[in-house]
Amino acid sequence: MEFDAKWASEVEGLADGIRLRVLEHTLSQKGGYLCQACSSAEIFAALYHGLLNLPKLDSPLSPDPWRGVPGPDNPAHTGIKFNSNGLPGYDRFILSPAQYALVLYAALVEAHRMDEKGMLDYNRDGSSVEMIGAEHSPGMEATTGSLGQGISHASGIALALRLKKQTGKVVVFLSDGECESGEFWEAVQTASFHRLDNMLLIIDRNGCQCDGAMESVMNIEPFEARFRAFGCECVRIPGHDPLTLAKAVQMPHRSKPLAVICDTDPCHGLEFLRARRPKFHYVRFADDQEWLETKARYEALAKERER
Amino acid sequence: MEILKRVHAQNLVSWAKDKPEVLVLSADLTSSCEADGFRDTYPDRFFSMGIAEQNMLAFAGGLAREGFIPYVHTFSVFIYRRAFDQIAMSVAYPNLPVKMIGFLPGVTTPGGATHQALEDIAVLRALPNMTILEVGDATEVENVLQIAYDVPGPVYVRMLRGELPRIFQTPMEFGKARKLSEGDDLVIVSSGLCTEEALRAAKALAANGIQTAIYHVSTLKPFHYSEILGNIARSKYGVISLENHTVVGGLGTCLAECMAEQGIGKRLTRLGIQDKFLHGASRQYLMHEYGIDMWALLGAVEKVTGKKLTVDKEDVGEAFRPALHSDAKPEAL
Repeated sequence: MEFDAKWASEVEGLADGIRLRVLEHTLSQKGGYLCQACSSAEIFAALYHGLLNLPKLDSPLSPDPWRGVPGPDNPAHTGIKFNSNGLPGYDRFILSPAQYALVLYAALVEAHRMDEKGMLDYNRDGSSVEMIGAEHSPGMEATTGSLGQGISHASGIALALRLKKQTGKVVVFLSDGECESGEFWEAVQTASFHRLDNMLLIIDRNGCQCDGAMESVMNIEPFEARFRAFGCECVRIPGHDPLTLAKAVQMPHRSKPLAVICDTDPCHGLEFLRARRPKFHYVRFADDQEWLETKARYEALAKERER
Repeated sequence: MEILKRVHAQNLVSWAKDKPEVLVLSADLTSSCEADGFRDTYPDRFFSMGIAEQNMLAFAGGLAREGFIPYVHTFSVFIYRRAFDQIAMSVAYPNLPVKMIGFLPGVTTPGGATHQALEDIAVLRALPNMTILEVGDATEVENVLQIAYDVPGPVYVRMLRGELPRIFQTPMEFGKARKLSEGDDLVIVSSGLCTEEALRAAKALAANGIQTAIYHVSTLKPFHYSEILGNIARSKYGVISLENHTVVGGLGTCLAECMAEQGIGKRLTRLGIQDKFLHGASRQYLMHEYGIDMWALLGAVEKVTGKKLTVDKEDVGEAFRPALHSDAKPEAL
């Protein structure tokens, strides 16, 4: 795929679609992880529009029905069929903050990997399309969401692929808040030590976490210097620019994992959210009035998109 | 009694020879966990993970997801205390075949509270999909790798190292208790190194005319022992459990749950660490001080039978006590 201006504009179109779908479901559920969609929509759109090396699908897939938790009589199953389906040579994708699951589902729909009707199962009891997804959810390949843990599991997968002489990358999407955890830095240290250069970390540096603005909770800066000090290649980019992202992920990183820090805006594309500062972690509506106003905004945006 | 040195160290190398999918991960305790032979023999299958256990356990899950079978080696406390969330979410939930080989159970180390695994069974037993094995002698150390391998999901092994006696002449079997003596007066159920104490007590009990059934249990989860429960049901004095673990959530608790659920109204005496931490001291001292040696067991028998026992010290002999310093282990821990 040619990562040119035409591609970038396609990514932007998909990203708008992701935001709109997440807004739609935030309205229908009367709350949701909407700002995560604003900050990461371009990243997800770019990943599923060519940055991830995935096999082509003949037609979009439907989510599996819920089959129960894994156990001795119930083999574990994952949402990997929406991605590489485990085929050698293709990329793996680990969504570390499972709180972004809705963004992932929306990206799968926009990229024609998941049937749009699958979204009707979102957050419905007895469905695999869970609000905070797990490995059985579409597009998810591991049970992440206990923050800081996804990168460790992904590193194990990356080493396994190397031992099996498979060429695909392990691409890990991370939120910035989870990079406060000790385990995250253990994992970066270990991935560097074992020269896991088949790992690509993409971090949504939107500066927000549950308690509010990250600078009021914990400091992780100087972020790129920390990555480099731990033995990674690292590049920091404006996170809403698809072309810059495409260039960044192709940066050579011989014998080292590559971390791409994407500076993003939790209100990008939905300016009206800005009034909520600093509470961006979970969007809910103060009253019916606010819900109606937001719904009107959604309808206007949807109409605009149709044109 | 035959005494062997570094049984796991040698066994791991020979057992893993033709198993390319078996990997070993270690957290800076490679020779302390007798994985140094494996490291030197199969350097491509050995991965040093540093003192970073949370990452190590979730990382092991990733390897297992891709078809490898990681045998994680470190001291038990650093497995279940440091990395519980990682074991729960990256190993147990997906039911992945990560084998956790945990060393220094309870009184086996003078390393004090930081090193003594006291509540590992209780904690890990609560996790769905988890299998828990505990070895009691050199034979079981040799057998346990294959037994863990044959379980399709995660396994936690309470392992022994250094100098070990060979108590059992027959192989360890998954889910099966060893019946070491027959009797319907009293039942004793023991695990790990406590079984050696129970066997010493057996001589004294026989001499005092108390017909005692002794069972050694090495599979702690799943815990299905109908023969033992039947023996308890028909016993005169009930059952005494003896374990190198807190009485909260270990062998005694497993028995209590089964007895209650099956309505077996017999007395249960749980010998083990009585809801306390241990501290740094020798194995012999700790076993006596905290009441998990032969003398504690005989005391409990006197209590439940109401009989004063006569014990010939020569007859019961001494349990095997490994030297604090020896060439069988790299440190006195």
